[in-house]
Amino acid sequence: MKTPLLVFNENGIYCEAADVYIDPWRKVKKAIITHGHADHSRWGHQQYITHHTNVPIIKHRLGDINVTGKDYRETFIINNVKFSFHPAGHIVGSSQVRVEHKGEIWVFTGDYKIEDDGISAPYEPVTCHTFITECTFGLPAFRWIPQHEVFEDINSWWSSNREEGKTSILFGYSLGKAQRLLKHLDTSIGKIFTHGAIENMTNVIRPLVELPETTLITASITKEELKGSIVVAPPSAHGSTWIRKMVPYETASASGWMTFRGARRRRAIDKGFVLSDHCDWQGLLTAIKATGAEKIISTHGYTDIFSRYLRELGYDARTEKTQFEGELAELETKKESEVNT
Amino acid sequence: MKRFASLIKKLDSTNKTNVKVEALATYFKEAPDTDKVWTIAILSHRRPPRPINTTLLRSWASELSNIPLWLFEESYHIVGDLAETIALVIPNSQTETEKSLTQFLKEIIDLKKKEEAEKKEYLLDNLKELNYYERFVFVKFITGGFRIGVSQKLMTKALAKATQIDEDVLAFKLMGNWDPNTISFHDLVIEEKPSDFLSKPYPFYLAYAVEEEIEKLGDVTEWSVEHKWDGIRAQVIIRDGNIFVWSRGEELVSDKYPEFHEFVNYVPNGTVIDGEILPFSEGVIGTFNDLQTRIGRKTVSKALLAKTPVVLRAYDLLEWEGKDIRDLKFQERRAILEELVQDLSNSRIEKATPLQLSEKMYFDSWEQVTLERNKAREKRSEGLMLKRKGSPYLVGRKKGDWWKWKVDPLTIDAVLTYAMRGHGRRSNLFTDYTFALWDDKHKELVTFAKAYSGLTDAEFRKVDAWIKKNTLERFGPVRSVTPELVFEIAFEGIALSKRHKSGIATRFPRILRWRQDKKIQDANTLEDLKAMIPSKEKLHE
Repeated sequence: MKTPLLVFNENGIYCEAADVYIDPWRKVKKAIITHGHADHSRWGHQQYITHHTNVPIIKHRLGDINVTGKDYRETFIINNVKFSFHPAGHIVGSSQVRVEHKGEIWVFTGDYKIEDDGISAPYEPVTCHTFITECTFGLPAFRWIPQHEVFEDINSWWSSNREEGKTSILFGYSLGKAQRLLKHLDTSIGKIFTHGAIENMTNVIRPLVELPETTLITASITKEELKGSIVVAPPSAHGSTWIRKMVPYETASASGWMTFRGARRRRAIDKGFVLSDHCDWQGLLTAIKATGAEKIISTHGYTDIFSRYLRELGYDARTEKTQFEGELAELETKKESEVNT
Repeated sequence: MKRFASLIKKLDSTNKTNVKVEALATYFKEAPDTDKVWTIAILSHRRPPRPINTTLLRSWASELSNIPLWLFEESYHIVGDLAETIALVIPNSQTETEKSLTQFLKEIIDLKKKEEAEKKEYLLDNLKELNYYERFVFVKFITGGFRIGVSQKLMTKALAKATQIDEDVLAFKLMGNWDPNTISFHDLVIEEKPSDFLSKPYPFYLAYAVEEEIEKLGDVTEWSVEHKWDGIRAQVIIRDGNIFVWSRGEELVSDKYPEFHEFVNYVPNGTVIDGEILPFSEGVIGTFNDLQTRIGRKTVSKALLAKTPVVLRAYDLLEWEGKDIRDLKFQERRAILEELVQDLSNSRIEKATPLQLSEKMYFDSWEQVTLERNKAREKRSEGLMLKRKGSPYLVGRKKGDWWKWKVDPLTIDAVLTYAMRGHGRRSNLFTDYTFALWDDKHKELVTFAKAYSGLTDAEFRKVDAWIKKNTLERFGPVRSVTPELVFEIAFEGIALSKRHKSGIATRFPRILRWRQDKKIQDANTLEDLKAMIPSKEKLHE
């Protein structure tokens, strides 16, 4: 039996024919990177290849690395294997990776969503034989509502807090979610303040996307200035001393996990907005269908359940263990601090 | 229904008690009277009888959401709440319904009598017309158990705010048997009856735990010592020929303890006693496990009454001859109480009264007090209560005059063997654990207790991640895990039990700490656990 085009080994997703890894979790020679989140782009590889809009992002995170930027749909060949990046719609600079060798085509999604969020290059289905997909929210309980409705809710929450003389504190991951929030906040309501982690990352992304003006919270900002404003902060700031200065405030989190009533109560957050940078259940099924693939490999999320369902639908579906964490990473405060360093 | 569902949404989207009270009070001011009555009924756990069993409910929900049953079940395990799961997997409606809360509940009551096909049609038709929160609420009505972070007390507080009626009076009005289908809001809540005040209890005086060396409490002769009985703290009120029994949770439980009803025949009117309800038969105090069989029951069968009779161990007297005597010194209140109980036991030779005195002890030295505390487990108490002889009966938890000095919990090192996802705020996290000890040959691990609390959120997250990586087998929501992690488990009491596989029941087991320094070989054995059973009990064996 011939070796599959992509295999999962202890270092990551490996293409033996090209001797290259995709989103490896251990240090390797050559790494193709789907996007800038910590569980996909790790430190220590000798060479990085990624979409050019992701270059400034991973340089900001990983420092002075050897990185090459490519365009979407631009083919590059390594040892006769054809690679190309295609928009994944997950965050700014995110891609799927298409791999073609001897007529066989595989696609690895990295993380993705099919809804156009207004800041990332919108997801495009790529025809392939084998589709390696995440399924962070691969459960029928997850069903996103359109983003414009979510932002109507977020903006009206901000307005009503402002009327009550309170500061609104909105938690979102510093890379991706934060900029999506910023993009769609209604600046006619008030002023937007940011936590340092958000401000730094946003400054990296500003040349790529038009975003509203933000003000970094420093020691000189007074409580009065914050009243009625909105503060965008990473989840790790919840419960910190940094936040106490903003009393009286209301807190909210924007994440796919806010679907569960328990998830919100567990975090002691006032309000949860269901807003994710991943596909919901229908999104995953739609995406899979659009690729025309027969073989489906699930990498992270509710993989066993999702694969079993796909098999019932007639796909040749299986699960592979990886070290990707999906949106779970957004909840862990530890991960957030890694991003900042 | 829209108004009620949006109330639930509001209650659900805040962590702040005062915001919840405000939202409920607004609702109680604005909603139609019949809806208010039903809201009170539901939030005080008076739900209509379950019209559809959950097996059918799950299968119909999976049909309506167009997913296989196994997938629905998997989703349910992860979401952790049936109504929430159903509300999530069913697509959002395009139409709306203006049906009222009252209308829905009347229909649900009628539904019970209907044929299965009609039930199914009703469920599917209605689910299609409701939005997310309405679906959630609707299914909660059908499955029962409306626990959404609003206690009866909080609801009563909001109702008091909306109606300007005293909270304690309201608490009493809402007690007992009333039918939301027939009673009017006016009759239930508004109408003033002199009897409303008849049952009014006094707030309980609660003690803090002793934190420093016992000697720091000063002169031992200033203190009166009692055992801290392990039952239900209660206040028994005898006024105008009526008896009212209030538990510490400010719940009126008179109906649950018919043993005390005879008090009206021989305890003078205008008497309020503070005491502990204890299981007591053939001159011996039972275990808390015994009492548990009584707590859950709304009505008590004759068989249960005979099997697990209860007594009231009186600690204190709050009202005497119709007068509030809480300002008297403890010593003086006790003197009246002791005389009352003494007279009763003298005059009732043929049949002992279930009113007993909690024995008061005076000591000459703290060493003697300590020795007495060491006897707590043997005497089926949790430790000692220390009360300053000259203290008045205060309100709520106050430092200074009353202290509880519990015996240290028993502890044992056990191995984590099974885990289940939690519910509510712990849904989707493995937080409910089963622990095991080694059998006598140190070969097999035998389950002995379940525990849900004691770890920090960060520790729970760590253990949750570990469980996901170390699952051996899955049995529905339960996972067996590689025996590897050792935890120190603390518990208050221990007794032999036929209901437990290990043969031993522990009282209030919880995780004391994660023993990351220990290997499973270091965990304790069942023999070690048995050795902790008080010797008196072993004699029964």
